[in-house]
Amino acid sequence: MASSPLVDRHGHDVHGGHASRRHPAHQFDTMEQQKESSTLGMWLFLVTEIMFFGGLFTAYLVYRTLYPAAFAAASSTLNVPLGALNTAVLICSSLTMALAIRSAQVNWRKGAMIFLVLTMALGSTFLVVKAFEYHDKFVEHHVPGHILNTPFHFVLEDAREASAIAKLDPDYQRHAEIFFSLYFIMTGVHATHMIIGLGILAVLLFYTRRGKYDSEYYNPLEMTGLYWHFVDIVWIFLFPLLYLLGAHLHG
Amino acid sequence: MDTTVARSPILPTPETSFERPNYLNAEYGWKSWLFTLDHKRIALLYLLSVTVFFGLGGIFAGLIRLELLTPEGDLMGPDTYNRVFTMHGIIMVFFFLIPAIPAVLGNFLVPLMIGAKDLAMPRLNLASWYVYNLGGIFTLWAIVNGGVDTGWTFYTPFSTTYSNTYVVPTALGIFITGFSTIFTALNFIVTIHRMRAPGLNWFRLPLFIWSTYATSLIIMLGTPVIAITILLVAAERVLGLGIFNPKLGGDPVLFEHMFWFYSHPAVYIMILPAMGVVSELIGHFARKKVFGYRVVAFASVAIAVLGFLVWGHHLFVAGESIYSATVFSVLSMLVAVPSAVKVFNWTATLYEGSISFQTPMLYALGFIGLFTIGGLTGVMVATLGIDPHVHDTYFIVAHFHYVMVGGTIMGYLGGIHYWWPKMTGRLYPGFLSKLSALLVFVGFNLTFFPQFILGYMGMPRRYWSYPPEFQVLNVLSTAGASVLAVGYTLPLCYFAWSFKYGKKSGDNPWGANSLEWDTPSPPPTENFYTTPVVTHGPYEYTREGVHNRTTQEANFG
Repeated sequence: MASSPLVDRHGHDVHGGHASRRHPAHQFDTMEQQKESSTLGMWLFLVTEIMFFGGLFTAYLVYRTLYPAAFAAASSTLNVPLGALNTAVLICSSLTMALAIRSAQVNWRKGAMIFLVLTMALGSTFLVVKAFEYHDKFVEHHVPGHILNTPFHFVLEDAREASAIAKLDPDYQRHAEIFFSLYFIMTGVHATHMIIGLGILAVLLFYTRRGKYDSEYYNPLEMTGLYWHFVDIVWIFLFPLLYLLGAHLHG
Repeated sequence: MDTTVARSPILPTPETSFERPNYLNAEYGWKSWLFTLDHKRIALLYLLSVTVFFGLGGIFAGLIRLELLTPEGDLMGPDTYNRVFTMHGIIMVFFFLIPAIPAVLGNFLVPLMIGAKDLAMPRLNLASWYVYNLGGIFTLWAIVNGGVDTGWTFYTPFSTTYSNTYVVPTALGIFITGFSTIFTALNFIVTIHRMRAPGLNWFRLPLFIWSTYATSLIIMLGTPVIAITILLVAAERVLGLGIFNPKLGGDPVLFEHMFWFYSHPAVYIMILPAMGVVSELIGHFARKKVFGYRVVAFASVAIAVLGFLVWGHHLFVAGESIYSATVFSVLSMLVAVPSAVKVFNWTATLYEGSISFQTPMLYALGFIGLFTIGGLTGVMVATLGIDPHVHDTYFIVAHFHYVMVGGTIMGYLGGIHYWWPKMTGRLYPGFLSKLSALLVFVGFNLTFFPQFILGYMGMPRRYWSYPPEFQVLNVLSTAGASVLAVGYTLPLCYFAWSFKYGKKSGDNPWGANSLEWDTPSPPPTENFYTTPVVTHGPYEYTREGVHNRTTQEANFG
């Protein structure tokens, strides 16, 4: 690579759309090297994300082991059909994301735009459903902590079941509060990732519309795809852990 | 060496070097710095920020030592003292020790040492500097408002429930700064994997690159865990959750586990880059290939891996079961193996070497001595028999200062002294710099060795006052701190002077043989005029090289 240093120095020249399609950024020799680097970088970023969520999963694991009865009872108050619906929605959004990348690879710009919009629509659907679920929790006074005027209040409707759980875990109401703390933090952090993903998708949609991506250069789409699939997979773990585990204990 | 490397043809005439375009005179004006994508300029930006925080942390250290000059609390009360040592710890750990070597020396050297034009992600690199400063501003805001008194460890439930100080802004500051270290580490790993010059295989890499790589691995795997932990602390404090609060069914020991899962490996984030620097210095100033190069390289990786398996030794007296404590104790002692391998190999490198006692080498030799003491006392406190006795005493304080200050800061200063001509094309005063190395070494030992004795006698850490029989040793320690302060201030002055007025150094004042010296000093913006082709390792010194050094040494004064 014997490009003149003057051009190299102005990194912002190659930062925009069209310049980087044919030429790699100034620090790289080839487009291939650039693509390999961003792919490795994205995977490494996902490793940090795994460790980040890993901390939460560890906390969940510890408390679920300490307070199994309370966690099962609290888990049973979550809305499994809505959670299942959201799982389906997210899996579909992963499909549309993959199709958007595929469309760019075969130079079908309109298709890429359609699938990006679909991905965003599905992602938004997930968030709306999640908002309804959060609302239910507010109504049922299942929001932990002291930020609301209405304090956390967890009672099981079935008196027989309540006394059975109280026998296993006399302090189950307090421990259910820990379940809901983890529930809100885990799903909240996950939803935050979804919102960030939607923001990135909006940017991608903008650039796709301007024809930045084609079969030669679709790296940002592919990297965002990796991120989007990762966020999906986190939900695939959250759904059974929060909604399903222990649900069978309550016939 | 006859490679295609663009070796400067004008090596012995330093006067001409500043006429050539380089990264410093390529562009002027504040915009050319604040929006630069050049890893070398970003390194200098980091140097500035990191120095500011080091000074700030140093001021808090000075306040601690002043207060402990007398047994009574005559300078400040317990509340103020708690804040002072907390701010000292937080600033030094999160804003100086962790970023210092990777962000300053690493940023500057990684592309130069592997023959690349820049890091793989220059914009991410610049972003990391801004993110670092943003986190710093949050923390400074907390300090200005009255600080934090939880200790840098943020133990719950004190930090989440009972402390009335600015825990949340400080926690957010640390959370944000964590991103900057992750950005830097990610960038390094990608760069080292994908951007090496032709011919530069893994075993031709300088050992500094190996240790930077190992450090980056720890940062990537550890930092996210402290991020979520600190987020949970903030959430618990703001929202009143009970995750770590025993009163609400939470488990404070879980916090300690999650905290130390990062914060123990963080110690290796601090020491590994310093070890990398020392490997470079020992090799170059003994004019020898580093003894057992491959073993030293793999020792870095081994420390990174083992470092993740030892966090439980911070919890020996926190109700950990005797079985897990035993395992953690054994694993902790295992870390001593790769660490000792390094120390022995450095020593073996010196054997029959052609040693020149230039300033960087003085720091490197100081490092070996101090790190050995810090490391050996580390083995002591890893044993289940000794730890309960010295836990939370000044013995621990002395132990980790020997590693963090005696290790990391010695390595950092040695590295800055070694690569300063590379960064600026200038020399610094030889006598003053050797004096500063001596002052740092003497001052350091005078400060912290008495603390070993104090701790062993039972003086607990984190108290503003102490029984009068401890005073003599505390006075010694405070006296040492003042010597140390002079030793740290001197380089600040002569480096600032040298940046503008120092004698020009020429391209390779040390006659070193590794890739980063095969380009002009200071380097041009694109680092190398043509992409170098590497045909040998970094420490291959010939007779010619030795000869070269002696002439250059005379030049150095």
